Amino acid sequence: MTWRVHVRILPRAGLLDPQGQAVEHALAALRFPEASNVHVGKAIALDVTAANAEDAASRVRTMCERLLANPVTEDFEIAVEDARS
Amino acid sequence: MTRVAVVRFPGSNCEAETCRAIERAGGSAQYAWFRDTTLDGADAVILPGGFSYGDYLRSGAIARFSPIMDAIRRHADAGGPVLGICNGFQILAEAGLLPGALVRNAELKYLSRPVDVTVERTDTPFTSAYRAGELIRIPIGHGDGRFVAPDQVLDELEAKGQIVLRYARTAASDVPANPNGSQRDIAGVCNPGGNVVGMMPHPERLADSALGSDAGHRVFVSLLESGVAARR
Repeated sequence: MTWRVHVRILPRAGLLDPQGQAVEHALAALRFPEASNVHVGKAIALDVTAANAEDAASRVRTMCERLLANPVTEDFEIAVEDARS
Repeated sequence: MTRVAVVRFPGSNCEAETCRAIERAGGSAQYAWFRDTTLDGADAVILPGGFSYGDYLRSGAIARFSPIMDAIRRHADAGGPVLGICNGFQILAEAGLLPGALVRNAELKYLSRPVDVTVERTDTPFTSAYRAGELIRIPIGHGDGRFVAPDQVLDELEAKGQIVLRYARTAASDVPANPNGSQRDIAGVCNPGGNVVGMMPHPERLADSALGSDAGHRVFVSLLESGVAARR
């Protein structure tokens, strides 16, 4: 089966995130004072062939550890959508 | 004669200057292609600056899986000298051959300018021709040059003397100190053995006195004087 998998990568908590700060300042300037703790990361979407959702998530976790995320600077979350086929 | 391999990744762009700097220091430079699987008998290897794979995903993240990297890892494990300059440093960090990571500059701007750095460690094959504590002014050119690592790793680097270059903070200087926000002002590090070195500044861009300074020249002199060819 093919699964649609979404990976969300964010800068490691506590690490200076100048992009997040810049966006937060811009939001404040646009009068969105309710916005805080802004962080900018990246999203990766991919199709994964696997027997079940757990296997798909497990494979993508390995992909994150090897390539998609940097273990020194980034944290990641994985979400598996329903099977496509 | 000392033979130095300069690796060309897709997107490298400082390889010609790097070869020229090696030759000016009296060495013989040869290119290695990223798909090669050996260093063809080179005594040392330099990963030059540039934008391998367009810096996609993260700087150096894709280049680190190039076939040539296995040969570089074997060379490093055997104690052979390896230098990563700028993008080369980013690749070595991504590959785990050097500690830490290089992330977006604190002020989010690409920086192309001279910086003052202190040479803190002079027993590496790339810094031995400098005096310990010597202040040099050399160029940087990067968007992702902010060195970061967990506090515990930073403490270890300090304790083991693995910080090779540090952005200098001198009152008299007319250039900004630590322009990219690197933790502990780190501009260059080495592995525990001292044979693998990474630096964000570009010594090859200032290695000829015709440019008004050859402050980077001794990086290459260091390598050629290290006797690396004779040891093999």
